[in-house]
Amino acid sequence: MNYLLRGIGVVAAVGVAGLLAFSMPSGDAHGDGGGNTLPRVTNKNWQQECASCHIAYAPALLPKASWRRLMGGLDQHFGENASLDPATQADILRFLEANAADAGSSSMGRRVMQGMNPNEAPLRITETRWFVRKHDEVSRATWSRKSIGSAANCAACHRQAEQGVFDEDTVRIPK
Amino acid sequence: MIKRAVRIALATLGMASAVAGASDSPASLMAQYAKQAGVPVSALSASRGAALYRTEHPGRNGQAVSCAACHTANPTRAGRTRVGKRIEPLAPAANPQRFTDAAKVEKWFRRNCQDVLQRECSAQEKGDFIAWLSQAR
Ligand code: HEC
Ligand code: HEC
Ligand code: HEC
Repeated sequence: MNYLLRGIGVVAAVGVAGLLAFSMPSGDAHGDGGGNTLPRVTNKNWQQECASCHIAYAPALLPKASWRRLMGGLDQHFGENASLDPATQADILRFLEANAADAGSSSMGRRVMQGMNPNEAPLRITETRWFVRKHDEVSRATWSRKSIGSAANCAACHRQAEQGVFDEDTVRIPK
Repeated sequence: MIKRAVRIALATLGMASAVAGASDSPASLMAQYAKQAGVPVSALSASRGAALYRTEHPGRNGQAVSCAACHTANPTRAGRTRVGKRIEPLAPAANPQRFTDAAKVEKWFRRNCQDVLQRECSAQEKGDFIAWLSQAR
């Protein structure tokens, strides 16, 4: 694709994200299936840039302060270089903040925030109290199985993680 | 808000002028990198590219790292990221989408060379790398 066109696309996307942020309802966002399905929100740059090494972790799984910290250190992202150009980085951060756990737009987010101190800004979803509690039945030995590799590999067990579905029926722990 | 929009627009324009050019190909990228390195395309070396791909370097955490660690020993096969996600094959023979987008190629060379070699790759090395992958079957 032509780079200039893409550049215009980025500017347009930032504009659209801005409009969306203003029209965001304070209650449940549309498409929030409640339960353990995440709100179906998306953003082109986020899909493109944050899903090449792992699934694109839903914004509702961490608070705004976490996303700000994480997006500020992409050149040293858990030991890997995930750096982006400034325009793309700014666009993705806007999207993450607008739909973060403490943005008040999803029931999943509210549950993630329960038990988190207001000044906490964890970099990992897998270290939040919410995550640890939800996974207390998974043993240490299971996490380090070769077929899983890391707790961050949600899709190894949650077969529809890429679609934001984390309910009981779609969980299967691989051997 | 306006200041921010201007800043983003400027950054975007900067990018647009830095890399122009629509659909790229492995051959056009090799030509581009050879020109940048100041050598003829015929001076690019697939065997040097293979060495770059395979050589292990001491990683930040003491573990040896190489391009092959994620992209597998055979670049026509699918690899795996550290988190366990599938990486489509890097060789164009197995995955025609590879080396068709200069911006994407530059982005990953920048990141992965930093991660594996602790420095950026030179234009010559990038050309060698594509030369090797282009002939991998
Ligand atoms: C170059 C590869 C790469 C890219 C690109 C990348 N990440 Fe990551 N990410 C990683 C690695 C490696 C980890 C650590 C995983 C582990 O410990 O198993 C990680 C972990 C994470 C975690 C913490 C997961 C946990 O343990 O709870 C978050 C959140 C995250 N990434 C967000 C992002 C966002 C947002 C983007 C896009 C801006 C992004 N990542 C792009 C490689 C990448
Ligand atoms: C080793 C397999 C495994 C991995 C990896 C894993 N989970 Fe889970 N997860 C489970 C199991 C098992 C449950 C409990 C299912 C149940 O009984 O409801 C669960 C429960 C959940 C629930 C709550 C479902 C409920 O019924 O309340 C959510 C949300 C969730 N996981 C999200 C994630 C996310 C996000 C990641 C990646 C950052 C992840 N999981 C990684 C196995 C896993
Ligand atoms: C930690 C894992 C990892 C290592 C090590 C790694 N890569 Fe990659 N590489 C990736 C991922 C992930 C992608 C993007 C995924 C995709 O496009 O399918 C990628 C994509 C690329 C691309 C983009 C090609 C295209 O046109 O799509 C190039 C070029 C590349 N890598 C070169 C290298 C080089 C050179 C090295 C060694 C110096 C290397 N990689 C080492 C994970 C890795």
